[in-house]
Amino acid sequence: MIGAVLAGFIAALFAPWIHRAARGWAGWLIALVPAGLTLYFGAHLERLAGGETFSAVYAWVSSLGTDLAFRLDGLGALFALIISGVGALVIIYGGGYLKGDPQLGRFYAYVLMFMGAMLGVVLADNLITLFVFWELTSISSYLLIGFYHSEADSRASALQALLVTGTGGLAMLAGLVLLGQATGTYTISEMVTQPQAAQSSSLYGAILVLVLLGAFTKSAQFPFHFWLPGAMAAPTPVSAYLHSATMVKAGIYLLARLSPVLGGTDAWQISVTAVGGVTMVLGAYVAWRQVDLKRILAYSTVSALGMLVFLLGIGTEYAVKAALTVLLAHSLYKGTLFLVAGALDHETGTRDVTRLGGLWRAMPWTGTAALLGAASMAGLPPLFGFISKEVFYKAAYDAPDLAGPLTAAAVTGSVFMVTAAALVSLKPFFGARLETPKHPHEAPPSMLLGPVVLAGLGVLFAFVPSWVAEYGIRTAVEATLNHAAEIELELWPGLNVVLLLSLLTVAAGLAVYALRVPLQPWADRVDLGARVGPERGYRVLLGGMLWTADRQTRILQNGYLRVYLMTIVLTTVALTGYTLLTRADIEGVWRLPDARFYEIVVVALIVVAAIVVTQVQSRLAAVLALATVGYGVSLLYIMFGAPDLAMTQFSIETLTVVLFVLVIYRLPRFATLTNRAARLRDALIAASAGVLMTSLVLILTADTSRRHVTTFFSENSVLLAKGRNIVNVILVDFRAFDTLGEIIVLSVAAAGVYALMRLRPERERREALPETRATVELSAMAEADPPAEPQAADSGR
Amino acid sequence: MNVLLLLPILIPFLTAVSALIFWHNRAIQRRLNVMGGIAHPLAGIALLVAVWREGIQATQIGNWPAPFGITVVADLFSAIMVVMTGLMGLIVAVYSLGSIDARRESFGYYPLLHTLLMGVTGAFLTGDMFNLYVWFEVMLIASFVLMALGGHRQQLEGALKYVTLNLMSSALFLTSVGILYNLAGTLNMADLSVRLSNGAVDSGLATVLAVMFMVAFGIKAGLFPLFFWLPASYHTPPIAITALFSGLLTKVGVYALVRIFTLIFVQDIDYTHTLMLIIAGFTMVTGVLGAVAQTEVRRLLSFHIISQIGYLLMGLGLYTELALTGTIYFMVHVIIAKSALFLVSGIVQRVAGSYDLKHLGGLYRARPGLALLFFVPAMALAGLPPLSGFWAKLALVRAGLETTEYLIVAVSLGVSMLTLFSMTKIWAEAFWKDRPDPDRPFAPLRHRRELVVPVIALAALSVILGIGAEPMLALARDAAAQLLNPAGYIEAVLRGAA
Repeated sequence: MIGAVLAGFIAALFAPWIHRAARGWAGWLIALVPAGLTLYFGAHLERLAGGETFSAVYAWVSSLGTDLAFRLDGLGALFALIISGVGALVIIYGGGYLKGDPQLGRFYAYVLMFMGAMLGVVLADNLITLFVFWELTSISSYLLIGFYHSEADSRASALQALLVTGTGGLAMLAGLVLLGQATGTYTISEMVTQPQAAQSSSLYGAILVLVLLGAFTKSAQFPFHFWLPGAMAAPTPVSAYLHSATMVKAGIYLLARLSPVLGGTDAWQISVTAVGGVTMVLGAYVAWRQVDLKRILAYSTVSALGMLVFLLGIGTEYAVKAALTVLLAHSLYKGTLFLVAGALDHETGTRDVTRLGGLWRAMPWTGTAALLGAASMAGLPPLFGFISKEVFYKAAYDAPDLAGPLTAAAVTGSVFMVTAAALVSLKPFFGARLETPKHPHEAPPSMLLGPVVLAGLGVLFAFVPSWVAEYGIRTAVEATLNHAAEIELELWPGLNVVLLLSLLTVAAGLAVYALRVPLQPWADRVDLGARVGPERGYRVLLGGMLWTADRQTRILQNGYLRVYLMTIVLTTVALTGYTLLTRADIEGVWRLPDARFYEIVVVALIVVAAIVVTQVQSRLAAVLALATVGYGVSLLYIMFGAPDLAMTQFSIETLTVVLFVLVIYRLPRFATLTNRAARLRDALIAASAGVLMTSLVLILTADTSRRHVTTFFSENSVLLAKGRNIVNVILVDFRAFDTLGEIIVLSVAAAGVYALMRLRPERERREALPETRATVELSAMAEADPPAEPQAADSGR
Repeated sequence: MNVLLLLPILIPFLTAVSALIFWHNRAIQRRLNVMGGIAHPLAGIALLVAVWREGIQATQIGNWPAPFGITVVADLFSAIMVVMTGLMGLIVAVYSLGSIDARRESFGYYPLLHTLLMGVTGAFLTGDMFNLYVWFEVMLIASFVLMALGGHRQQLEGALKYVTLNLMSSALFLTSVGILYNLAGTLNMADLSVRLSNGAVDSGLATVLAVMFMVAFGIKAGLFPLFFWLPASYHTPPIAITALFSGLLTKVGVYALVRIFTLIFVQDIDYTHTLMLIIAGFTMVTGVLGAVAQTEVRRLLSFHIISQIGYLLMGLGLYTELALTGTIYFMVHVIIAKSALFLVSGIVQRVAGSYDLKHLGGLYRARPGLALLFFVPAMALAGLPPLSGFWAKLALVRAGLETTEYLIVAVSLGVSMLTLFSMTKIWAEAFWKDRPDPDRPFAPLRHRRELVVPVIALAALSVILGIGAEPMLALARDAAAQLLNPAGYIEAVLRGAA
């Protein structure tokens, strides 16, 4: 079974080469892969109906509880057949639709990759593995929606779909991990056997919300539905495949799959039914008022997805049966209609229904497929759509609670679906012949095969309903419910309320179709979605995020070194100070060292000199004051018995002063660029750092009893290392490794200075301006106005 | 004396020194560069194998017994990091052959490169706090010169900020080491672990020191709000340098944090590690928002480094075996993915003439192979399954949910969405969009082999690390287990000590 999943990915790797080698026949050739898979899954139907399931487990990322566990049961098989079957037709169709497109090879690769991923979703028996494939479908969808990548619209739509489904996906990931925690397993088939584990968990609410977020975003449920119409920027075969027949049903699949684990509770029923119901009515209501064929179909897909969610929310055995029947019917008729829309677009040059009319004569085959598909969508006998409509109504009518409102919602949605169906079939092919951008003629065979086969199946299935029920629906229902079920489907159920409702629906739908022009302005007024819709919310969120990102970055990364320094110093002081005050017991640890008089004098000298450095108005004076600080420190070294350290410090101070004096006259004129407030602020920050460090040293060095390393050094310096100067012995023997490092530091510094002096950029050598920002920062740490373009502040441009 | 422990330090050292000897002969330097580049990861792998088979390895420099001399020690975490250092060294060494100009080569580029690698390796292998400081200094000076080498105004400004802010870190580090020495009487990390856990040192005061170290290493690691040096400087040097820095420098800071907060400072985990989680959250968010706001590829990627550091810290803050496994695996993943992205953007710049998204476009059509080479590490970085970033994210998310730290999990997932967003931004602008200036043809790529092979290697590694995640995860888990049970480390270091 792993081969079946991987086949798509492997074929994807070779698709571009096959395309290059086989040219026009590549589509037919490549379609052999999904066609073979269809046969493979079809061959399992008999045994699945006999109650068998097939599983295969391969160890994968076991550390994270993720195995390549696959399981083929009725539900998986129903989806897998749709995925591979429609996949084969779409690949052949795509070969004709995108004929001559330089990207056709990539198209095949992406579609195959998607197919593999989608098969992985419906066959995975491990939640994390399922998620892996789930995300892969999102990314293939991204690449396919952005297929016409030169168009800004395509790119924006691709991103929108990715962000919406991706965000939902991440929520779902958290939900799945929590679910795994609550049930103690990531294996779905194990989880299903102990539903109480999840439902009695305190995390149930969180799990439900998170998982539903994933399913709802993927399956375009209100209020996340808006990405689906946007996704119509993809080539039409992609829309037919991903955004109607398969990927958008992944959420449905997940709901069905997890309904034994998560379903049956009030929270599930209410939220899932409500969201599905709203989506169903809203989608259909928006659908019939569109003029773009693909958008009509997209919104009607939203509506159909809502219908499925709605049914899974009701959750009775009959509702589940209805859901899976509707799912199959929808895949057939919607696939047909999308492919028809693609053919119309391809042959006439427009998808605008108001500009299409009377094409029956030019495109009879396409027209036939369109009529059959639309009739199925409208629920007319003798088509499979009729059967599905009947069970759908009955499920709502027989619902245990609120049957009245639920039925009303179902009928309302269906009325507008009938209108939409009429709009995509009657309008383009009948009535007055309208002029189209291209001269219309029948589509090529590659583009007829798909719609004709799918439409044909819609007819065929209607005449063998019991066969479909036995091999397609029953096992899927049993897998969903996790118990045995009896399923009957029939073309003629007899005269009953449901049939009357169906008649009413068709009549009302056609009436709306006939009156659509005068009704349109009224209808628009009721539609709040257009004005305050969720798509607006998406834009506001995205815009807000970008705005925040921009602002925070301007504030944080403002380009001023002094602000960076201030922030770091303040962070250090705040964190360390807070910790010192709250975590450490500093009572009684305070101990002022008993200093001798001359030590105090030296320390006072250092402090005074440090203050002088900041106050004098001359660089020379500042350098001298700074040197005083250094010499003071050297004196302290001498007092505490470290003459060689003192000598070193002395030499360094002296050298520094000499070097400073040499360069001092090359620096710009001394100027005070800060105001009093800024100076006061800086002084406070500096003082806080100083106070903190002083306190730390006083507190943390009060106890000097632990010196075992030092003791070792003084005892063994002569004995083992044969040296009398302990400091030297430490440097060259005990810790010679440190010294090696420091020698390297010095060497690199020397090399660096040499390179910096000698290696100058050729162009820039002369163009330096006297007052660039870098110089200002260097010379005065100026308190200038914020730069006009802080984003570029660090660029030095 | 265990020579396996010293080879990874000695090889780059000898490479640097011999390259210095041949200062005037670029051809020999280039050859030495490649030889050293190959030998370094091999030595690292040998060490890793030894640690994996025989347990933690330690050796005392100059045979002065611990804790009196300096100990060089490798547990699995160290060894993994050493291998990654060698690997990145090799990748960048090869890429440099095709991308570094002759002038830089003549002014010590290769010796500096290998000195930097030596410093990084030393930091991963030392078992001594002050010695760690020394290696930090080696890294700092080598990276500073590498960054400034060439002397462009932009470089100098970046390098100035870089060195100033990093010196703050050094100063704070040194101060903290001094105080720590006075408080505990030792510099040996294993010995410190013993002394700080047996009540010899007041745990409150130890916590204060812990926070000081957190800030000092936090600057190096690029944590919020201490990361300013990174976006201010990383876009200025040649891209090979940036790629190397992005792969290694901040990671040394994270390594140091992981080391001391598993080995030494574990007195007050509720406080220190919670603080880390807070900082981790802010680091992730500010980093990724910074990235979102950029239109220059190198800057965008630089901000991402920060964001990813947040994830690394998250694992440390959660402080469970799974979480640390996540951190270690994430570290390996992000080193590969991020360096690959920088190197790819270098190729993009050579082909299309810019790093600026506003001026880029049309590469998807014209250079599909290049597009693929970008797409793989970009998606890995965004955590798309089954690439490496996903498993890293999954481990951390699971660890977070298991310890009921829901907030940080939510933040990390949100940030991963924004990461994806910013990767698609580069994708849409540089690859999908049409070239804004269609009259300017793409330049043919010179030195194709030197530039492309390293990138392909990294992209392939990223895929392998994702699809075949288990071995690396298992290794990371063993490494995490060692970190959580420091007894083995202490025993290996202080074995035979008085």
